[in-house]
This record gives sequence, structure tokens and C-alpha cells, in this order.
Amino acid sequence: MSKRLFVVFSVLMVVGMLLTACGPKAAAFECTDAVGCLDLAPDEPVHLAYMLTISGATAFLGEDSKGAIEIAMDDRGGQILGHDIVLTGEDSGCNAEGGQTAATKVASDPTIVGVIGTNCSSAATAAIDTISDAGLVMISSSNTAPALTIEGETWKPGYYRVCHTDLFQGAVAAEFAYNELGARTTATIHDGSPYADQLQAVYAKRFVELGGEVTFAGAINVGDTDMRTVLTTVAADGPDVLYFPIFEPEGDFIVAQSSEIAGLENTTLMGADGLLADSFPENAGPNSVGMYLSGPYVVGDAYEAFLAKWDAKFGGVPPSGFHAFAYDGTNIILDAVEAVAVVDEDGTLHIGRQAMRDYMSNLSGYTGLTGALDCTDKDFGEIGTSHGDCATGGALGIFELGQAELDGNWPPPAVYTPGQ
Amino acid sequence: MLKQYFDRFSWVDFFLRVFQLAAVVVIIVGIFNSIGAAKYTSGQWVTLVFAGLAQGSIYALIALGYTLVYGILLMINFAHGDVYMAGAFTAVFLANSMAASGFLATHPVWAVLLLILLAASVSMVLNVVVERVAYRPLRGAPRLVPLITAIGASFTIEYTFRGLYGAEFQSYPIIPALDGQYWNVAGFAIPYTQIVVLVAAILLMAALFFFIERTKIGKAMRAVSEDKEVARLMGIDVDKTIMITFAIGGALAGAAGVFNGIFRPQGVFFFMGFIPGIKAFTAAVLGGIGNIPGAMVGGLFLGVFEAIGPNLILEGLGIPAVNQLRDAFAFTILVLILIFRPQGIFGERLSETKA
Repeated sequence: MSKRLFVVFSVLMVVGMLLTACGPKAAAFECTDAVGCLDLAPDEPVHLAYMLTISGATAFLGEDSKGAIEIAMDDRGGQILGHDIVLTGEDSGCNAEGGQTAATKVASDPTIVGVIGTNCSSAATAAIDTISDAGLVMISSSNTAPALTIEGETWKPGYYRVCHTDLFQGAVAAEFAYNELGARTTATIHDGSPYADQLQAVYAKRFVELGGEVTFAGAINVGDTDMRTVLTTVAADGPDVLYFPIFEPEGDFIVAQSSEIAGLENTTLMGADGLLADSFPENAGPNSVGMYLSGPYVVGDAYEAFLAKWDAKFGGVPPSGFHAFAYDGTNIILDAVEAVAVVDEDGTLHIGRQAMRDYMSNLSGYTGLTGALDCTDKDFGEIGTSHGDCATGGALGIFELGQAELDGNWPPPAVYTPGQ
Repeated sequence: MLKQYFDRFSWVDFFLRVFQLAAVVVIIVGIFNSIGAAKYTSGQWVTLVFAGLAQGSIYALIALGYTLVYGILLMINFAHGDVYMAGAFTAVFLANSMAASGFLATHPVWAVLLLILLAASVSMVLNVVVERVAYRPLRGAPRLVPLITAIGASFTIEYTFRGLYGAEFQSYPIIPALDGQYWNVAGFAIPYTQIVVLVAAILLMAALFFFIERTKIGKAMRAVSEDKEVARLMGIDVDKTIMITFAIGGALAGAAGVFNGIFRPQGVFFFMGFIPGIKAFTAAVLGGIGNIPGAMVGGLFLGVFEAIGPNLILEGLGIPAVNQLRDAFAFTILVLILIFRPQGIFGERLSETKA
């Protein structure tokens, strides 16, 4: 090779290297997220998943939440950061098996950004490990069992909830029974589910603290149809209030059969949000007139606007009381995506999974349909420290069922709203 | 004498005997404590017993379907609980439209008869179809095979009806003529609904008994149950007889669905047949599977035991939350009775002399 040729090549090489160095720098996004990143090409949608109970006895809970998720997506025009939002879902049912199955399917899909669900604490208890290990965030609209967000109990990183826990609901129900109804004795019935068992325990504890007496704490099985035996036991002590925070149809049977039992004439019946469904008064029959239900109580202009959107989209009113929580939960996840996503010039999104969790765990002062939300850690004293509990307990009320509800009016009027 | 006893002595028998004695002692102690505590009034016990009898008569009607089929084919029709659901679920819509039109208030007897007719026909047709599609092609197969297809048939029926009528809970209307009516006897008030259900169920069971014992078709059923091959040689159409057996069992289950709606209107949905199916099967085994009076007595017995057992026995033993243990208690009773009488209360078999 001649010397001249070597010089020419050398010059060309140097020029080439200079040109490369000065040219537009390729954006090499480097993921530094502790859990991992989700990269979405410009044409790929932002994928949300729901895990709700959309079949069987508790389908009203799932329909309620699912409709609210869709309305939250519509409110953003179905788009976020220039990407379409898509929603897919699994039926998690209202039991541990369903929760486990749904979680396994959701966790195996790497395109999912976040999960809205579940509807039932029992399903969440089974799903929480799988969802957390997959690096996902999951926010629930209606899981009220306290243990789900208590450190050292069921809680796992990535789990959040918008609804109030039973720590609030049980206490509100007990205060209503003791202070407003003037009850001094009470009995409780649960169905062995984490939801009902913990709720009646909190209720009973608060009722005793106020100075009342618990005459009987009973239990039935999911699937039981004959409540006469347990009601007869309740009637033996003739308590002022019977609190049964369970679901349909067992709650229907308790209400319907209560009039056949001698000794329950002066006992006021009270259920919880598990029975707060428009089908309940009709199924439970005439005995439901005069009974009470504790549950979420949401008011305000924003909520009226939401109900108008629901009526326009689905017709009528939402079938249960948790839709506002599902709406807020969906917005929190979408807000988190907006806040943490790194957007390339061509529109590619990089979403850090730990960053999502950090954003949601530090969310405070958020105003949603359900009032002020604060997802930061909270100290519940001897019960423990809670993580990801967004509710502040303001959105709770006691509802009274009357003849109008039996004839189809829904929702029932609130008679006691401590947070308002 | 003593030597003979020691020669025959076996530890298993010994422990079984000790277990039987212990069970009897525990039950007696429980009853003694409960009655002694005087927590419940006699009126409350009577309420429980009659509710148990009404529930038991519904179990008995379903149990007859299990027992008839077992007696003739030696197979367990596990789809039978869902056949019961099919009748109850279909009739609930007719019942609600009759309540809305006021027919139920003006002609309660005709309305209930119409409901029973509808539910019984739906269940009857469904049971015959299940037999034709799922069991008849497997007539010669090993006994485990139709058992598995029965489970498949059960799921198929459940989810077909979920597809047809939806997953929501339905409720039967309350019959105005029976609402809040009590029969006052000896100072006890018993709801009319329970008496109507009990009497109607007993009438149906009596009719079935006479049908089996006194009619030609009943005779054919007994013959097929005794020996299919010989019955065929005698000119009996075995397949037709089996079909009639399924039809009768289905019709009784459908009627039970309506009685259940009268007795306990809520909770009609696609999965409602599962637990009553299991309970009715238990009742059939309790009375001696394949034995018709056995299924009746077993059903009533199970219903009453379930109703009073937790409060009468378990509570006396100081066990908390006894009502959650009701199913466990019912099945414990089943185990105990089968330890004492492995063949059930009345013994097995539809026919008297089956080898």
C-alpha cells in the first residue's frame, strides 16, 4: 500500500469519526428503575387491566367498577401522552381461587402498566403476591379488609386502594348504632370471609369501647340458605341491633327469615356495603324496610357529572356504591403514567415500574370524586402501619332502606354522614 | 365363651365400638347441657323443627331422583342437583309475571299448580335429555365413566342456564294467601308455607310409592332394577323403563324447586342446585341408597338434624359459632349413622330381593 493512499484513508477515517460524533445523538434510554421499565413504541397502546368480579353472585360489584374505569378512560379521550389506552380484564370472582387465577394471567402479560382490582378482599389476598412480584401496581376500588394494607400482614409493595377500610366502616356503624339508634346490646354474624370477619370484629370492638355489650358473635357459611338456626340463637338474647356485614344471597335470607323468629321483633337489622346493591331490597323482601346499611357516601358536583356520564353511557344508575373509587383509582394510575413516563422524540414511552410505585405511594392532597385522597403511609397505632391506603374515611355514610327502595328507588337516602 | 370372644377380638372393632360409645355420650351431654341451659323457648324449638321438616321434605324429593336412578342403574346422577335448579330457575320467571299480573293473588292454588307443572316438565325433559345424551351411550362402560360424564353434564347445565337467564339472583314472589299466616296449634305458631310444602311433598312421595308398587310401569322399574337382562327377556323395554325413571326423578326435582321457592323465595340462580344436590345425595345414602322410603325418611331426618343439631348438641358442648358448623355437623351425623348401619337406615336396593 502506498504511503499516499494510507494518508487518504486515515483522513477519511478521522473525518468519518468526527462526522459521527457531531451528528444527531441516538437517544439510548437507559433503564435505571429498580424493578424494570416498560417500553412502548409509538404505535403501542398503554395497557390497563382490571381484575373484577364480573360473573356470579357479586357481579354487581364488578359492573359497578368496570363502568367507572371506562368513564375515566373516556374522560381522557381514550388517550394518554399520545398513546391509546386499552383495557382488558380477568374475572377474579369474589374468592381466593379467582383472585389467584386472574393474577397469574395478568402477571404473565408484560405489556400491562397497572391493574384496577380486585372487588373482594379474599381475591386480593390470594392475588397480591403474584401481582407484586410481577412489578405491577394494583389499585382496588372495594377491598375493605384492613390487613391488605398493613405492613407485616398481607400487604405487598405495589398494592393500593381507594376505598375506606373496615377500620373506618366498622367504627362508623358502631357509632351510629350506639349514639344514633341508642342501642346498648348487639349481635354480629359473619360468613367466614376476611371482609366480613374483620368488619364485624372492628364493629364489635368499637361498640364495646363506647359502652355497649356484644351478646353473640355468630357465623354462617357462604352458600347457606337456612338462617333460622343462627337467628334463633341471636333471638335468645334479643339484642337491640344485629350487624351482618355479608353478601347476597346470604344477607337476603337473614332479612327474609328474620320475621319468622320469635324474639327478633325489637332488633334493628344493619348490613354493610356488601349488601349495598340495587337488587338487595327486592330480593330481601318487605323485611328490608327500616333496616340500615353502612357504605360509601359520595356527593358533590363532580359526582353528579359522573352520574350523568354513567346514565348517558350505560343508562340508569351504577349498581353498587364503589364506582367513584374505581374512577379515582383509574385516574391515579393514569396520572402516575403521565408523571413518570420518559417520552422520546418519536413518541416512545419508557415507564419505570418502581417510579410508578413511588409516585403513587407519595400521592397526597389529591382531590377525587370521593374527596381528599392521601396514599402515603399511615400509623394506625397497635394495628400497625398502613401502606397505600388512599382513603381518608370521609366518604362513609349510613343508609336507611324504606318502602321506596323496595319499589325500586336507588340509591337509598343517607341518614348519618359523619365525614360531611 | 370368654375364649371365643378373645379369639375374635380385633383392635379395629374395639376402637370402632369405643368411638360409637364416645359419640353417643358426646351427643347426650350436648343435648343435656343445651336443654338444661334453657336458652331457647319451646316455641323456638318447634319453629326450628318445622323449618327442618319443610327443608327435609325438599331434600327428600331431590333424594328420590338419586335413589331411583341408583336403584336401576347403580350410578350416581351427579347432575341431579342442577336438574332441580333448572326447574326452579325457569319457574321463577313465570311466578314473577303471575305476581305482577295479580293472578297469584287471585288464584293462588292454580298459580302454584301451574308453576309446579312448568318446573316439573322442564326438569323432566332435561333429565331425560341428559340420560339420552350423557348416560345411555355409556351403558356398558365401567361404572366410573358415567360418573365423570355426570359431572360434565352438571357443569354444562349450570353454565347453559347462566347463559339463558343470566347470573343475577332471582326471587320467587311471596304468595299473598300464605304471607304472614300461621297455624296455631297447642300454643305454637307454624307458618303456612312450611305446612303447605311439607304436606305437598308427602303427597307426592306417597303418589310415587303407589306408582312404583301398584302400576305396571312401576313393576317394570322394579324388574329392571332386579336384573336388566332377565327383564329384557321378559319383554320389558329396558331403555324405555330407564327413561321413565329419569323422567320421574326429574319431575320430582322440578316440583321440589317450586316448593323451595314457596318455602324460601330468595337465592334462585344458576348454582343453586349444588348444595341441595349434595345434601339430597347425603339423605339418599342416609336412608339407604336405592330405597324409596329410605330417601324420604333420610331427607326429613337430615333436614331436622341440620335445623336443630347445632343449637341442640354443639352449643351444649360449648363450641363457639355453631351455625357455621352446620354442614360439618350434618355430615358427621352421616358418618356416625354409616358406622352403626353401613347400609343406611333402611338398607339398600329398590327391589327387595336383589342379590
